[in-house]
Amino acid sequence: MSQASPQPRLRLEPWNDPASVPYIRLLEVSKSFAGQTAVDRVTLDIYKGEFFSLLGPSGCGKTTLLRMLAGFEQPERGRIEIDGADMSAVPPYRRPVNMMFQSYALFPHMSVAQNIAFGLKQDGIRKQEIATRVEEMLALVRMEGLGGRRPHQLSGGQRQRVALARALVKRPKLLLLDEPLAALDKRLREHTQFELVSIQERLGITFVIVTHDQEEAMTVSTRMAVMDQGRIRQLGVPAEVYEFPASRFVAEFVGDVNVFEGRVVRSERDGTLIHAPAAGTHVFIDRGHDVAEGAACAVAFRPEKLALALEPPAERAVNVIEGTVFDIGYLGDMSIYHVKAASGAMVRVALANRLRLVERPITWEDRVWISWAPGAGVVLLS
Amino acid sequence: MSARDGLSPFGVTALTLGFAFLYLPIVILVIFSFNESRLVTVWAGFSTRWYVALFQNQQIIDAAMVTLRVALLSSTIATILGTLAGLALARFARFRGRTLFTGMIYAPLVMPEVITGLSLLLLFVSLDWDRGYWTVTLAHATFSMAYVAVIVQSRLVGFDRSLEEAAMDLGAPPLKTFLVVTLPLIAPALLAGWLLAFTLSLDDLVIASFTSGPGATTLPMRIYSQVRLGVTPEINAISTILIAIVAVGVSLATLTQKRQLVRRRREEALARRA
Repeated sequence: MSQASPQPRLRLEPWNDPASVPYIRLLEVSKSFAGQTAVDRVTLDIYKGEFFSLLGPSGCGKTTLLRMLAGFEQPERGRIEIDGADMSAVPPYRRPVNMMFQSYALFPHMSVAQNIAFGLKQDGIRKQEIATRVEEMLALVRMEGLGGRRPHQLSGGQRQRVALARALVKRPKLLLLDEPLAALDKRLREHTQFELVSIQERLGITFVIVTHDQEEAMTVSTRMAVMDQGRIRQLGVPAEVYEFPASRFVAEFVGDVNVFEGRVVRSERDGTLIHAPAAGTHVFIDRGHDVAEGAACAVAFRPEKLALALEPPAERAVNVIEGTVFDIGYLGDMSIYHVKAASGAMVRVALANRLRLVERPITWEDRVWISWAPGAGVVLLS
Repeated sequence: MSARDGLSPFGVTALTLGFAFLYLPIVILVIFSFNESRLVTVWAGFSTRWYVALFQNQQIIDAAMVTLRVALLSSTIATILGTLAGLALARFARFRGRTLFTGMIYAPLVMPEVITGLSLLLLFVSLDWDRGYWTVTLAHATFSMAYVAVIVQSRLVGFDRSLEEAAMDLGAPPLKTFLVVTLPLIAPALLAGWLLAFTLSLDDLVIASFTSGPGATTLPMRIYSQVRLGVTPEINAISTILIAIVAVGVSLATLTQKRQLVRRRREEALARRA
């Protein structure tokens, strides 16, 4: 991961507190289009003040879920509640929800200020108050003095900020963001992610963001739901989802991973031993799993959790793969080593480039030993 | 393509021939409208006497007023109806009989005018309506609304629906959304449709001949009936005026559009650099 980890946040974890009441509830929500299931019995609780991510590949149903929260699509079955109120019969223009669109959807025939004022005008708010609140919003997104511009006179980043201001000005109970940063270049995107988090924390509005970019989801979210084929595959705080993926799909979608098929040799309370012929080794993982001996499973390793050495590690028969360096991908801050194991499998190892390139000891065709700590791997049963 | 590509001898010849073919008849008509002589084909010196005569010809002026009134009202009706039809065609993507409906909207575009005129005449006769100003207006609205529908529909195909969703998301009910977001954004198509309908009504001779009655003679009908008695320089004069009006209108529209486009491009480039 090249991404800096999010700043530590001083917030409670309402999802771990049985007494807290969810702010947004989805109960067994399903939706299909022309016979194709888009969202399949999704049940989800989101708490007040959360920055919640829906993450998944395109077509996984995350956008449909978002559009159902906004009211643009009606669930076929199930129920959506926002702050205790059932939303089934509430049209989009009466929901306490605002959305920031992927295309930004700024009204091209209105100025920036008119775009931001649009929502307030629909509520019949007095002109003076509208003007004050529009100014507040322009200040919040650092667009002071640009209220008179038309959308086509703005850069991509400025348009994105106007879209955010327009969606926030009504102080919705819930703000939906549909791939809000997809149109920005990488540097601006990373900067904006932190800005979004800081705005969200300042206003205390609940955010639900849809993204296919796992780095983005991990950077901004309090919790994230990884979706595939209309279902939530895993739900948790970003570190949990990354470190303990529940399935092969999640492990492979969130971050980079090496996966080896194997069989359970022994599983006890404090550890699991797996024989992974593809890796040519036995793997010991320091977590117990409730599985039968001989059961098929897979083990997953993040490339950055593996160590690479030119010498075999002393006195160890497990958690070691011997191989040769097949290729090195130099990324600047780190390098990805592709090591061909004796069994023929290719293993990816990520090493931080603490030394300069010329001083690195391991290079192409070197015979190497990959090793890892018992806590580095994860057993995947599905 | 640069302008220099057009300077080859072949290009120059092709251009000259093409434009001569298109504009020679009109140029001759304009020149002879300033002819002193009563004979259309013999040049006898420059004069504006036929223009003076024109403005003293009450029949022509009456016909011009009828035409103008018919064109204004019929193009407005056609724009409203055509916009509604265009909206239905572009928006309700999957209703039953959509293909049939689309075909039926397009049919008047290819239907021979004689048939449209005749069928409208039969309708008015069977309804026992007196033919005149109102029947011509209705007939013109009927055939020109198809053109408006096509223009509006093509504009809506490229319309970003998320703009309407954004308006509703911000609290505007559907009708309000249509009025403050959709309508202003498709206004150029509506204007283009209106102008086309207006021009079609102004030009029309065949359908007007079928559906008009006493006291509602349009300018093309008047010109045609006078020409049958022999072409006079007066006809050339009225034609020249019509050409001038159309030319000025088209040039203004094109220039404004081009100016706006250039300004917009410049502003977009500025925004990108910022």
